[in-house]
Amino acid sequence: MTLLAFDWALFIEKLVLIAVVIFGSLGIALYSTWAERKVAAFMQDRIGPNRAGPLGLLQPFADGAKLIFKEEIIPNSANKWLFILGPGMAMTAALITSAVIPWSSHLEIAGRIMPLQVADVNIGILYIFGAVSLGVYGIMIGGWASNNKFSLLAALRGASQAISYELAMGIALIALLMLTGTLSLKEIVEQQMAPGHYWNIVYQPLGFLIFIVCIFAECNRTPFDLSEAENELNMGYHQEYSSMKLGFYLFAEYVNMFVASAVMATLYFGGYDVPFLNESLLSPNVAALVGIIALMVKIVIFIFIFMWVRWTIPRFRYDQLMELGWKKLLPLALANMLITAIVILWLQHK
Amino acid sequence: MLSSHIMAAAPVAAQHASSYLPIALQIVFAIGFVALMIFVSALLGPKRKTNDKLANFTSGITTHGNARQPMAIKYFLIAILFVLFDVEVIFFYPYAVNFKSLSWTGFYEILLFVGLFLIGFVYIIKKRALKWED
Repeated sequence: MTLLAFDWALFIEKLVLIAVVIFGSLGIALYSTWAERKVAAFMQDRIGPNRAGPLGLLQPFADGAKLIFKEEIIPNSANKWLFILGPGMAMTAALITSAVIPWSSHLEIAGRIMPLQVADVNIGILYIFGAVSLGVYGIMIGGWASNNKFSLLAALRGASQAISYELAMGIALIALLMLTGTLSLKEIVEQQMAPGHYWNIVYQPLGFLIFIVCIFAECNRTPFDLSEAENELNMGYHQEYSSMKLGFYLFAEYVNMFVASAVMATLYFGGYDVPFLNESLLSPNVAALVGIIALMVKIVIFIFIFMWVRWTIPRFRYDQLMELGWKKLLPLALANMLITAIVILWLQHK
Repeated sequence: MLSSHIMAAAPVAAQHASSYLPIALQIVFAIGFVALMIFVSALLGPKRKTNDKLANFTSGITTHGNARQPMAIKYFLIAILFVLFDVEVIFFYPYAVNFKSLSWTGFYEILLFVGLFLIGFVYIIKKRALKWED
């Protein structure tokens, strides 16, 4: 009967953490839309949203409420169930990716140690890859089910772009894994926190560059937003969508951005590590709080970079995009991997 | 029979499998949230449907057939190539994790693998499989 003996305290602890992570990422996605408009306004010397609340801070809630109360339209010629499944899958994939990210060390409440990570599995990175790949189905199913030529073309573009850049991203990551020797994100962060060890960006600058370019492509962000190229495809794969289903596609992009920023911060920038601070001197709860703040600062910086790039760099042409992914980034990532391997082995056997 | 079999395997597998349970919980939570939101917004919105409104959007011009028709083979080719190369990339992962203990011997063997990878890569480039403009 040991299988039936269920640890309810652990269950509730995880449920609370999951609720905080999911609603937290939705909240950050919500405010990313506001930040995107404010950053765009700043870069184009405009004011941006300023009507709803001070500085337009209530704007995202107004937008969200509007989306919920809009009329739902499912085109006559569309495949009804797949049409609904598409945005649902895009959003679900975005929300489940964050399960393996360590948000901070751990809290101690009444003698109970609560790790601030939903699941510390030893295949963390593979899980993220798997969950991110599910997002492609959301785009592909939605675009195909709409039975609209614009949507179909956009979905095909989005899908083949995402899978093309996944290759270079995978190989860029392997160079990092050679350094860490583990796929667990928690261990990767702890290695970077160890004294005498720098953040992985110091050891893998080229790997990080390849990784961030691929992340931009995976998130369908400018300059890789060909699936939303409005001058060729009207609105892209969510052309026929309205109401909350459209909202899901739009929010999923921002949730993906948030999770991608968290992954980049975790893998290359020390995760919840604060530079030049020995966390073991602080009490566990304070250290956990400082860690969360540190990680959030890094994430916000990355999200800002996403927006900065969007309003700076124009969109690629499709053949340029494919050429960059396959013929430039892939060989570059392979070379980076081999050079990393040689240097590590040479230092090891010197 | 079945339950005794599971019980016997439990001590070995339990600790390993239980670390994945929170992930399952998060997936259930996410699916529940998404389904609820889609359901609620379907209830809340007005429903005034007309035939024109439910037609596909084509920027105002007359529709010519629907989107269920052949598409460029290039996209399919990319998908097939992705499957091939991604499987090869996945083979690097176990190597990378055990990289330090495998030392130089492992490195020479992986060089052979990278060589094979590159032969395939050069082949598809020579075949112009990645060329987008004819």
